[in-house]
Amino acid sequence: MLSKKVRSRVVVLTFTLLSIILVLYVVLKSLEENVVYFFSPTELYNKEDISFNKKIRIGGLVKYGSTINNQTSINFIVTDMNNEIIVSYKGSLPNLFSEGKGVVAEGKLKDKKYFIADKILAKHDENYMPPEVGKILKKTKDQ
Amino acid sequence: MLKNFFPNKILSFSNKLFSFLFVLMLLFVFVGLIYALFFSPPDFTQGDSVRIMYVHVPASFIALGCFGFIGIASICALIFKIKILPLIAKSLAPVGSVFALVSIITGSLWGKPTWGTWWVWDARLTSMLILFIFYVAYISVWKFVDNYEKANRISSIIAILGSFNLPIIKYSVHWWNTLHQTSSITVTSAPTIHYTMLIPLIIMLIGTILYTLIIFLMRYKTEIMKFKLDKRNKKN
Repeated sequence: MLSKKVRSRVVVLTFTLLSIILVLYVVLKSLEENVVYFFSPTELYNKEDISFNKKIRIGGLVKYGSTINNQTSINFIVTDMNNEIIVSYKGSLPNLFSEGKGVVAEGKLKDKKYFIADKILAKHDENYMPPEVGKILKKTKDQ
Repeated sequence: MLKNFFPNKILSFSNKLFSFLFVLMLLFVFVGLIYALFFSPPDFTQGDSVRIMYVHVPASFIALGCFGFIGIASICALIFKIKILPLIAKSLAPVGSVFALVSIITGSLWGKPTWGTWWVWDARLTSMLILFIFYVAYISVWKFVDNYEKANRISSIIAILGSFNLPIIKYSVHWWNTLHQTSSITVTSAPTIHYTMLIPLIIMLIGTILYTLIIFLMRYKTEIMKFKLDKRNKKN
């Protein structure tokens, strides 16, 4: 059905495309550390080569009831339900920062359980709903 | 299907059809915007910033969709050497690139009040920027390479390379930790967006698709005429 010329072009293109996919996969896999925007507490816990002088980002949920607001700094716990890290931060928080919600903190680790942030970003999840529905949902969650 | 895109069919497209599509598009966009801006509720955490989403999501959809078509058309053009495929691909690029830019800009405007930053180099945002750069490269080749055959070949290769970026954009939010949230609408599970927000989003999506179709058809008609004119000039 296909002429010889067309068939040879199909073969060449298929091989080229497959090899590009392979190369792309290998490159992205080896660069994974740089592609991820933040580490979760568990990923950090399992990580062997942690540099304490380098700036990194950690992310997770702000643990319920963990926010302590001092006059000089704000402390809270970032959790991924398996491991936790205490985060200390001086500065103003984004509007959407709240307990039970996602957060990304940029800064340096003091030790594996203590993180000093110099930038906080709020992470929004994929749930969109009107305020009334959100309130009802929160109520049922709290009970 | 492809027959409908053959030059004679396109050139005989009456202005009536364009006017019909245009009125339909205006209707969808008008109703969609009114619904999205005034009647849909604010989000329970973002407040009114959620309304940016009604432009952001359709724009991103079109930006990815157009490049997907350009990629497929380019592969088929390289294999089968069908004359009209490069023209179809070429006509899709400008509208796609504009929507890629709209997606990036509206996303940035949303990011400042929500995340607390205009821009981060996470996988989703970076790959979207790369898509825009591919669009610019693709359009520039058509613009600045004089020889048609040469421009066709180079732009096809750019389009195919850029197509590998599309699944990366789509799945970046699942493969890696990103600041950008995952999709609220998926094929496999129920949408995590309330129906009072989903309906205006779908109306806006249809309006944007109609708009893209109109711009594409107009471009395509022009490209065919240009192609025929060039051919005639060469003969003389």
